[in-house]
Amino acid sequence: MTLPLFPVAASTLAPRVDALMLYVLGIVLTFIVLVGGFIFFFALKYHHGSRADRSSPVYFSLPLELAWTVIPLVLTLSIFFWGAELFIAMREPPADALEVYVVGRQWMWDIQHAEGRREVDALHLPVGRPVKLLMTSADVIHSFFVPAFRVKQDVLPGRYTTMWFQASKPGRYHLFCSQYCGTSHAAMGGWVTALSPADYQRWLDGASAGGVADSASGETMAESGARLFHRLNCAACHRDGASGAGPALAGVFGRAVQLEGGGTVLADESYLRESILRPNAKIVKGWPPRMPTYEGQVDEAQLQQLVAYLKSLKGA
Amino acid sequence: MEPLDYLHDGDTVSSWLLTTDHKRIGLLYLFSITFFFFIGGFAALLMRLELLTPAGHLVQAETYNKLFTMHGVTMVFFFLIPSIPSVLGNFILPLMIGADDMAFPRMNLLSWYLFMAGGFFALSAMILGGVDTGWTFYAPYSSVYSNTRVITMAVGIIIAGFSSIFTGLNFIATIHRLRAPGLTWSRLPLFVWSLYATSLIFVLGTPVLTMSLVLIALERLFGIGVFNPALGGDPLLFQHLFWFYSHPAVYIMILPSMGVVSEIIPCFARKRIFGYGFIAGSSLAIALLGFLVWGHHMFVSGQSLYAGLVFSLFSFLVAIPSGVKVFNWIATLHKGRIYLRTPMIYALGFIGLFTIGGLTGLMLAALGLDAHVHDTYFIIAHFHYIMVGGAVMGYLGGIHFWWPKITGRLYSDFWGRVSAVVVFIGFNLTFFPQFLLGYLGMPRRFYHYPPEFQVLNVLSTAGASILGVGYLIPLVYLAWSLKYGRKAGPNPWKATGLEWTTASPPPKENFTQIPLVDSGPYRYEGEEVAFD
Repeated sequence: MTLPLFPVAASTLAPRVDALMLYVLGIVLTFIVLVGGFIFFFALKYHHGSRADRSSPVYFSLPLELAWTVIPLVLTLSIFFWGAELFIAMREPPADALEVYVVGRQWMWDIQHAEGRREVDALHLPVGRPVKLLMTSADVIHSFFVPAFRVKQDVLPGRYTTMWFQASKPGRYHLFCSQYCGTSHAAMGGWVTALSPADYQRWLDGASAGGVADSASGETMAESGARLFHRLNCAACHRDGASGAGPALAGVFGRAVQLEGGGTVLADESYLRESILRPNAKIVKGWPPRMPTYEGQVDEAQLQQLVAYLKSLKGA
Repeated sequence: MEPLDYLHDGDTVSSWLLTTDHKRIGLLYLFSITFFFFIGGFAALLMRLELLTPAGHLVQAETYNKLFTMHGVTMVFFFLIPSIPSVLGNFILPLMIGADDMAFPRMNLLSWYLFMAGGFFALSAMILGGVDTGWTFYAPYSSVYSNTRVITMAVGIIIAGFSSIFTGLNFIATIHRLRAPGLTWSRLPLFVWSLYATSLIFVLGTPVLTMSLVLIALERLFGIGVFNPALGGDPLLFQHLFWFYSHPAVYIMILPSMGVVSEIIPCFARKRIFGYGFIAGSSLAIALLGFLVWGHHMFVSGQSLYAGLVFSLFSFLVAIPSGVKVFNWIATLHKGRIYLRTPMIYALGFIGLFTIGGLTGLMLAALGLDAHVHDTYFIIAHFHYIMVGGAVMGYLGGIHFWWPKITGRLYSDFWGRVSAVVVFIGFNLTFFPQFLLGYLGMPRRFYHYPPEFQVLNVLSTAGASILGVGYLIPLVYLAWSLKYGRKAGPNPWKATGLEWTTASPPPKENFTQIPLVDSGPYRYEGEEVAFD
């Protein structure tokens, strides 16, 4: 039997989380020792039979009250700032991150790599490169948790959440769902495999090295998205130039879109997804609302392919 | 002639079930919540047995999920929340302030009936097949996907919620209106202050829980889109509503315990409490700040970064008044004359365990750390240190402190101390390994787990069995004391406080004449005393 007491640290963020943990642990232990020590010390010294000096007891002391208000306040604020700084770093993926698309559903993780490889309950990634996950759920709330990377992020139906990490050493690490999601919650997970860049490339190229091959394997996600785009006849309206019944989509991703009735919205992944499923939720200025909903015609994984395709369309 | 004590003033069934005497109602609650405590404990026992081995062996996944829901719902809503307020608060509050009853005695009885009706629905939900959502009822799982008795359970919790609201109203009105002549706010016992702060949360927070469960029921029954994104709803809205109540609910559980500890420590240190004003004020500060931290349950939920920053900051601030209390209690011990009787051992145990629970909260309040430990066994350990190590230790301390007043009998102090130590050891062995498990990454609500987590899980289960024994011992010697215990005088602990000036057990009207108060609480002078 093994008795691990501290988890492996296998991401660039992990040592930073551990450092903060040790800092807080130091404060916590100091106070536990102080509190426990004083209780035992006083309980012995002032035990009812003892002859300790009990003259002129004190019932109030403003300096003491201020001391044990201000000192803990300063210490806790230092933890706050450190924790906040680390969290902000966790929330901001580097610009050159590899993109991986994740759909959680009862009870599996469906994962597509932008390069086209698709896998279930497993994530392969290269060591030394930041990886950004764009995640959504097909049913209830799940949470993507890799303890060795010290990060987790809830995965919600109806919207995209993102997380990123950069593996720092090759190996196999647990992938858990950490948000209770029903009967087989505990079984929803698998392994994250961090590979050297060369091994990762071989894995991407290989057709049958463990991942579940997509029917359109060999295609990138953007290419799969392009096929869907045409199959669903999106191009009938969304033509290049201003000739279609809908706005042209080249360069739409990341653009500030003017809305009817004023206001703008950043065309991020969530906006693109919403515009496909609920076109009338936000109406683009100058384009009367005539797009039908595609709700029910595309599943979450296909939506991600469409989003990947739209992201690949560079502006003129 | 001496008036009959409240236990003997009427012995028909209806004299109990239709009583408006706050003391009898307190006892009705005592029996009811003890029942629920053992139901919740039974569920915990099965869970701990299941977790002895990495693979499932005792129950099925579905049953396990129903067990942790049953454990959470009964312990939170039907034991911890009513525990100190409804049992000890009901019994002691009027005695402490020199009143002959609550401000609204009939509403007080209604509170108990609502509690029982809520309990009936909750138990029915468990017996008719169970609920598998967890006590947190996250949508859209609870509102759409779960095939279990969610609505019956929600109805039970909603009804029990009204019991809380009425109890809170009653306490607030009683504290404002029924204080004995001379009992000014600055002379109020700290237990009364803590009940006052708790009542504010009862009244202000509980309605929001009611609303969120009603909305779950509406979405489930009629498909009205509130939380389910497929219907245009927002699942995070549920979490906001739920935690707006359920975080302050933690303070409902812990504030009364802090009040109990503030009574016990001066009595058994024979010394006036240190920093009275700061302890009283910190109760109110906790109650108010406690309403501004709910989003710390949602750092990784998809809530905005800025919301996370604000909630993290407020969570650190709420730690300060809790610390102030701990330091003042310890300062009270200084130059005291300390008697380690059973209530005192529970109170000192409370301080130790609450300190660990509170300090580990700093790790969860730190955004970057929470991203790792959120939804793992780390949080399970943390909140059990608060809610069991803190709230239950305080409750048991209070039961042992006021038992002679309630029953007129003394229990065996030896067995009392044994049980307190067994509970303390069993508790730590159960929950300390869970901190390690959590940091290692074991998620909560896991029916099976990777084999490397087994040793720590076995330790935890071993601790739980010791803890279980620790909880059973008091049942035996307390029951024994009812018949064989020595008779307690009015004031076995030589304590100050109005409740100790009347007979044990008190007469139905509490006092033969209205007490007059001319000084502050805790007039202990470090004198040597001989307890009854």
